[in-house]
Order: sequence, then C-alpha cells, then structure tokens
Amino acid sequence: MTIGVVIAGIAGLFAYAAGWLTPNALTPARIVNTLEEVNGRHPGFRRNHAKGVCVSGYFNSNGRGTELSKASVFQPGRMPVIARFSLSGGQPEAADAPDTVRGLAILFTLPDGEEWRTAMINLPVAPFRTAEGFTDLVLASAPDPATGKPDPARMQGFFARYPESAKAMELIGSQPLSSGFENSRFNSLSAFRFINAAGSVAWVRWSVAPVQPEPVATTRLDGTNKNWLFDALIASIHSQPLAWHLIVTVAQAGDPTDDATIPWPADRRQIDVGTLTIDRVESEDTSPARDINFDPLVLPNGIAASDDPLLSARSAVYSQSFTRREGEPKNPSAVSTAETAR
Amino acid sequence: MANGPTQFAVLSRILHWLMAAMLLTMLFIGVSMVASLGDYHRLVAIHRPLGIMILILAVVRLVNRMFTTLPPFPPTMSDWERRVASASERFLYALMFALPLVGWGMLSAGDYPIVMFGPLHLPPLLPANRMLYAVLRETHTVLAFLLFATFLAHLSAVLFHTLVVRDRLVHRMALWSIRFHKAKIETD
Repeated sequence: MTIGVVIAGIAGLFAYAAGWLTPNALTPARIVNTLEEVNGRHPGFRRNHAKGVCVSGYFNSNGRGTELSKASVFQPGRMPVIARFSLSGGQPEAADAPDTVRGLAILFTLPDGEEWRTAMINLPVAPFRTAEGFTDLVLASAPDPATGKPDPARMQGFFARYPESAKAMELIGSQPLSSGFENSRFNSLSAFRFINAAGSVAWVRWSVAPVQPEPVATTRLDGTNKNWLFDALIASIHSQPLAWHLIVTVAQAGDPTDDATIPWPADRRQIDVGTLTIDRVESEDTSPARDINFDPLVLPNGIAASDDPLLSARSAVYSQSFTRREGEPKNPSAVSTAETAR
Repeated sequence: MANGPTQFAVLSRILHWLMAAMLLTMLFIGVSMVASLGDYHRLVAIHRPLGIMILILAVVRLVNRMFTTLPPFPPTMSDWERRVASASERFLYALMFALPLVGWGMLSAGDYPIVMFGPLHLPPLLPANRMLYAVLRETHTVLAFLLFATFLAHLSAVLFHTLVVRDRLVHRMALWSIRFHKAKIETD
C-alpha cells in the first residue's frame, strides 16, 4: 500500500512537471498549435516567418564593442555570417505586402567556435510584452472567414486586455515604412546584458541600420509578382553587397529591460560596433539556414539574456517549431533557386 | 558467502546515490522545460552541462563496476527476481550513457552550438542533418520515459523487499556502513 502511494506520488509529480495535469496552461506546444490552427499546417516550414530567403556574408567588427562586452564577436576582425530575411506570418506562400512585418535573423560564427544568433524585426518595439500577448494577438488578428480581414471587434477586445500593445501599435503606426528589405532597420526589441572583461554589466538593445538609403533594385508591384519584395532584395544583392551598421544602444538606470513594448529614450548612447555585409543570396531549398533555429538565446560568452519574459518564451517556442518542421518532409520555398540565381 | 561483502563498495554507494539524485533531477528538468515558457532558458542552461556531468560519472561508474566485487543477492530473492534485477541494472547503465549521448548528438544534428558554461562548448558529435535531429530528438524523449519507468520499477522492487519481505535489501546500498545481523535475516 505504502509502496503504491510512493510510486503514484512520484509519477504524479512527474506528470505535473510535464504540464499534463494543467491542460489549459500556455506551453510552447500550445502556442505552436495556435499558429498551426490560424495559418494551416505547412509541413517543413517555420510556424512563423515561414516565407524567407537565405543570405550570407561577413561581419567586420571595429573593436568598439569590447568596451561593453567581452564576447569575441566584438574583437576587431572579420567573421562569417549566415542570415535569413523573412516576412512574418505562418504561410510560406503568402504574397509580399509592404506592411507585413519583415524579419532578419543572423548567425555569427565567432573565431573560437562560439555562436551568436539573433532574430530581429523591422518594428521599433514589440507589439506584445509576453507570450500570452503574442498568442492572443495571433488569435485576434486571424482573418475573419467572412471578410478575409481581422475582425475589428476582436482586435478591440485584444487591445483592451493588453493596453501595452495598444500603445506599442500607436508608436509602430506613427513610423514611416521603408520601401524594401534593403533599407529597413531591424531591431532586437528585447534587452540583453553585455558583460565586459572587467565584469561590469550593461543593459543593451541592438539594431542593424541600413547603409543603403534605398533599394538598389526595384521590381514591379503590379500584383502578378507575389515575391516582389524578395525579388528586389535578390536583385540588389546581385548588383552590389548590402551593408548594415550594428548599433548597440545602452540603457540608463530606470529604462525598462523587461518590456519590449516600450522604447528607450532617443538620447541613449549608441555605439556602432561594426558592419554587416551581405553579398550572397540563396534559396531556402539549398541553404543550410533553412535548418537553423535562430534562437535568440544562442549567445556567446559576454552576452546574456535580460529579464525580458519574451526571450525565454521565444527560445522555447522556436525550439518547438524547429523540432516539428525538421521531422517533416521538405517542401519547395516560394522564393525558389531559379529566383535567387537571377 | 559468509566472507563476502555485505554491502556495495563505498565508491559504488556514493556514485549510486549521487547519480540517482542527478538523474531524477534531470528527468524532472527535462520534462518540465519542454512545457515551460518563462523558465525554459534557465532549465536548458542546467540541463546541458548536467547531462554531460552524468555522462562523465557514468564512465567512472562503469569502470568502478568492472573492478569491484558485488555483495550477493539476499536469499529472499528468487531466481527470476535476480535475473530481472541484473537485466534492469544493465539497462540503467545503458541509459546513463545513451541519454546524454543522444542529447549531445541531437544538438549536433540540429546545428546547435553545444554550450556548457561561459565560453566552454563541446564539439559536434554528428553532422548537421534535419532528419537525424528529428529522430534523435524523439529518441531522447522515449529513452527518458523508459529511464523514468525503470527507475519506478527499481524503486518499487527495493521498497517491496525492504517493507514487505523485510530482508533489508536497501542496506546493501546504504551510504553508512551496516552490520548485517545474519540471524535476523534468516528468521524474518
């Protein structure tokens, strides 16, 4: 009898730890299920930012980052990068649209074999503060089958429940949209900690700011080309390498580090720590970047997570999406090898 | 029999309880981290180096096991019980090696850096390969459940012998030294 109680008790604790006894609690698997319900299941593709193209190049560090972080990525020198431009949303065949959120994910390979992965978007702040907010936004902004557009009443309900999202959307709406991937600024949104060689900690956010003010190439926007944003990017890279400055913004005491919906004051110190150059483009069909999880918490020594709840949640959800898609058959990318070769 | 050891060697006993605590911790961390959002990162950061520690200790334990004499099974254990006990011991040893190796291999196949602490990281065990990652990721879970089930069976058997048969089976693995009261065992 005692034995049965002991064994059942341990097994019960295990089931509780696994989340099996709390079917309504939000978990990485349930967030990915929500993405699949809203977008449909597209085997082999990322569950969000499903449409993308892979690029590569290098990062030239100017050494100025060493003041803040001992990460070897900031030592003066050049290191290879592999990256992926994407559009948000879970539909790999979606038509490019100017107001779809653009993403840039980068993997830096450091000289000592460490890696730094970062996934950024072109919004100035995050439209949600937590994983719950993200999930509810996905549900609220799902197209209404009757109109094909998000139901305004549901969006209103969402903003009422998440006032920080309403404020963030106001700021996002007030900023002009850049015309292409090439002249977009991409932001980490979440804060991170930089630890320098002396052990002192700085709280930072980072961005990559475009060197080219306009897309080098343009493509027709006549509704027949579903990939016009990607095609312009491809043509630009074929005509000349594209470059972005890696800008680190340093927080002052009191700046929120646990809330990516709130911008930091514009006068915060910004340090240009080096230049990212993109000189090759490749379709997901052949690039290894397709099978890279751009987990924002794959960080080198000298960069660490902040208290922003989005970071751990993103890491968990990306992992779940990665595990699902890697086990599925590969399907051709909307941005094909023929397209990237042009 | 009278002259043989009545307990496992001291090092064996220390390794047994140390690894029991580590393995149980790992199982709970593993199963909760995949369901967790806010604690995921903290748990993964413990899970990886703890897994490698277990792998290192598993090597130490196997070497130790090969060079020590085991105490005999108590006479209260039947033939089939002895066979099951020996088989489950071999199975547990296999899992102590397989789980960390599959975890390491799985991260390699998934093209992840194998970060331990600070700048310390391990080389990939396998080439990056999406299907290999998917298979090993699944295997890791299945092996973990098998380990948990085997642990529960092992615990049930020891509790049954100790509490119902009252043959003091658990004393063979006690961390402190136990004088065996031979007469007591035989009369119980």
